[in-house]
Amino acid sequence: MLNNKGRPTQPAAISEMDTVVETFTGNKGLELESPLIFEQGVPGRVGVDMVDPQPVKSRLGGLERKDPIGLPDLSEPQVLRHFVRLSRQNYAIDAGFYPLGSCTMKHNPRINEKVARLAGLGDLHPMQPTSTVQGALELIDSLAHWLKTITGMPAVAMSPAAGAHGELCGVMAIRAAHEASGESRTRILVPESAHGTNPATAALCGYKVDAVPARKDGRMDLDAFAEQLGPDVAGVMLTNPNTCGLFETDVKKIADMVHEVGGYFYCDGANLNAILGRVRPGDLGVDAMHINLHKTFSTPHGGGGPGAGPVVLSEALAPFAPIPFVTHGENGFDLVEQRSGAAAKSFGRMKGYHGQMGMFIRALAYMQSHGADGLRQIAEDAVLNANYIRVGLEDKLNSPFEGICMHEALFDDSTLKGTGVTTLDLAKAMIDEGYHPMTMYFPLVVHGAMLIEPTESESRQTLDQFIGSMRHLLDKAKTGESDYFLSAPHYAPRRRLDETGAARNPLLRWVPPEPAETEETSLSAAS
Amino acid sequence: MRYMPHTAAEREEMLTKIGVGSIDDLFTDIPEESRLEGLLDLPLHESEMVVEKNFRKLAAKNLSPYSVPCFLGAGAYQHHVPSVADHIIQRSEFLTAYTPYQPEISQGTLQALFEFQTQVALITGMEVANASMYDGATSCAEAVLMACRVTRRKKAVISGNLHPHYRDVTHTTLQFTEFETIDLPPAVSGAERVDDHITSEIACVVAQNPDFFGRLHDLSALAEECHAAGTLLVVVVNEVVSLGAITSPGEMGADIVAGEGQSIGVPLSFGGPYVGLLATRQKFVRQMPGRLCGQTVDQDGKRGFVLTLSTREQHIRREKATSNICTNAGLCSLAFTIHMSLLGESGLTKLASLNHSQAVTLAEKLEAIDGVDLLNDSFFNEFTLRLPMNAASAVEKLGEKGILGGVPVSRLIPDDPEMANLLLVAATETCSASDMDDFVATLKEVL
Repeated sequence: MLNNKGRPTQPAAISEMDTVVETFTGNKGLELESPLIFEQGVPGRVGVDMVDPQPVKSRLGGLERKDPIGLPDLSEPQVLRHFVRLSRQNYAIDAGFYPLGSCTMKHNPRINEKVARLAGLGDLHPMQPTSTVQGALELIDSLAHWLKTITGMPAVAMSPAAGAHGELCGVMAIRAAHEASGESRTRILVPESAHGTNPATAALCGYKVDAVPARKDGRMDLDAFAEQLGPDVAGVMLTNPNTCGLFETDVKKIADMVHEVGGYFYCDGANLNAILGRVRPGDLGVDAMHINLHKTFSTPHGGGGPGAGPVVLSEALAPFAPIPFVTHGENGFDLVEQRSGAAAKSFGRMKGYHGQMGMFIRALAYMQSHGADGLRQIAEDAVLNANYIRVGLEDKLNSPFEGICMHEALFDDSTLKGTGVTTLDLAKAMIDEGYHPMTMYFPLVVHGAMLIEPTESESRQTLDQFIGSMRHLLDKAKTGESDYFLSAPHYAPRRRLDETGAARNPLLRWVPPEPAETEETSLSAAS
Repeated sequence: MRYMPHTAAEREEMLTKIGVGSIDDLFTDIPEESRLEGLLDLPLHESEMVVEKNFRKLAAKNLSPYSVPCFLGAGAYQHHVPSVADHIIQRSEFLTAYTPYQPEISQGTLQALFEFQTQVALITGMEVANASMYDGATSCAEAVLMACRVTRRKKAVISGNLHPHYRDVTHTTLQFTEFETIDLPPAVSGAERVDDHITSEIACVVAQNPDFFGRLHDLSALAEECHAAGTLLVVVVNEVVSLGAITSPGEMGADIVAGEGQSIGVPLSFGGPYVGLLATRQKFVRQMPGRLCGQTVDQDGKRGFVLTLSTREQHIRREKATSNICTNAGLCSLAFTIHMSLLGESGLTKLASLNHSQAVTLAEKLEAIDGVDLLNDSFFNEFTLRLPMNAASAVEKLGEKGILGGVPVSRLIPDDPEMANLLLVAATETCSASDMDDFVATLKEVL
């Protein structure tokens, strides 16, 4: 069909062209490449307008920079386009399902972003007189109240910047408490299924790390735990619900056992989402637990951070909390910034200033939006969704541990045995289906692990389509179509990348190209 | 609740499919006596409109430093952030992506990190940089740990003119390790004999430039002394705009640069989140903490980027990792990269020159006030004044008159009579001529 100007209004019935064509630009329609920013500059272009400096007598003490830095000059629209193009090469929770186990990739509400940018909140200087930041201190105090109420714990240290930083805070409080009572304990017990940050944190606090194996049902082996316990044990670091997506049914017994030998119970709070409003860690004997505001309370992951990891503390550990903290007195709110008075026993300072305020604002907005009723609904829907996936896939994939799971469903790779397809290959094929793959090969206690955490944000339709897609892929893998998987992804901005080569010859920055070669000189001479 | 899609009917259908009678049946692993039956003692959910009002009320109880003349610094600096930076970091694809563990669908984050690493390496004059740390203070602590690993030595010498938070965080981080510090006292006079402490036992010397009091130092001689003893020089920079004007730490011989990148692209946000910078020499990369992004090729030979050298990291090495760090400052490093791309060579140089000229102008006005002494013989955009009165009281009084007139040194170095009258004053491109005049006039009234 042609319109009356001769413009075809339907695609030709049969295309003669191959479906894969190489383009002159390397772009593929909406898939737009952008060279490195360093390859786009032209000296003298301006991307930020500013007034000319007043001529003054330099007081730089003779340290004036003499050599150029080597940064490229670009205009504002160039920079904007560059980063817009880059952004389109990313998968994101806003764009699709992101069932990354242990990471709690939930909806990131935009009201949080809006209030974090309000004048008087996002633009406050950390060293303003406290009389000029009463609202900010009230906000921190209010968030602290929510965190303490949710966890049933009496105190919270707000300053840790991330989950691992929170672990460091908790374990330092434990060590400081032991030292204050004149004890020098040397060991921390960590289950084999733990996040890698747990043993790394314990080591940074000078502890020897001993691993406790898991039972057949995926929980920590209590007999092995009992054997490992002793007067030299400073504490146990236990994730609950654990990294297999299971609630540690003996958690109270574990707390009692570690307390009995004078140790403390550190709970890795990475999976708090599963139990919000259903149980309070404070009722389970926990002494310290970090809370990932960037997981449970929706502050965006931002491609790897920033996070925030406040740590709730028991009465026993509270006196050792890091500075600074907010207090409330006759003259309003104040900040304790030095290790004296109320903070005389504090183990120290963990970061500059007062904590991740930008994350506090977002997390509090999220909590207020949910309220007590919504928080409980989060846990219920997160657990409901995970079990829905578990049931939807368990005839196709093997669950290493039987029964109901919490917020994430764990499978092993036994189904793939003999197909020539690995967990990694399956994950790359999921990319073609439009999903971000689940967490793979973690926890380490399960072979070829696939850890799927849907969160409460996803609708039943999304889950049904995901289950359908996984079933389709698993059938395909079992019918000998391994090549399809080995060559996946086919539809991503890049095919599989050479990670071994990257590690063998680390190229960690752009370097200017060698000076122009003679060939180019002869070309320009010819023109 | 608008964030959760299920209807009551859908929940029932899903429970049936799972094969349980009620939602409670999914929580039976929780010890019965600990299960919460009712709701937490917290308010019920609120509409978006109400939540926004709540935060506006809180904001109204604060004094925005952008609404008054502001001369605050001490490691966090007020700069203009171009609109493009904040717009881009709010794009869904950057804002709501996780750590780029699946490189095929994370090239946006990865390429931006590679550009960030390159920019940081260029401005610091170093060979390589990592993909960011939590903030400048934690980066400083990590740099000391790294120097101890590289040299297999156990002691670090800390300059007394290092930002007190950086020193404290380093102490806290090291306190339960086998490493220790030798701390020099703050040297208000500017003369500090760091080199007296350098021996073959010292892993590193940590020096800040511009230092906490705003002074600039040529660290070349110190670097040579360090290197002669097999000691590394760690240079801390917490006002990165200065690198547009002064000789880079790399050129002066630094082995590790630990910095705070907040000045470029990141809002003040009451102290966080910020973006820690860590740069070093190529030969030390395997001892670096934190994530690293590297260039490689895909199956079709196309250039691409991946996280690399992860065998240093906790998720592989567990208790033997170089650091326990996992999360970084991803989005802040992106804001930094965008702002730095907009500035470019000419912009960063001009911004630095503008900051310096503002500070010189202000310093001249302030030191002309009777009884006010300027301590610095050199500075970039921040300097220290000795007032004829307690600086904290002066700042309170200035605050009452609507001027954020600097940071009293005693807030960071308390209980030291020598510090009581000292005031740190910063002037960036954001302050106008009338801001400066208001400050000078009001300070005269207050004194």
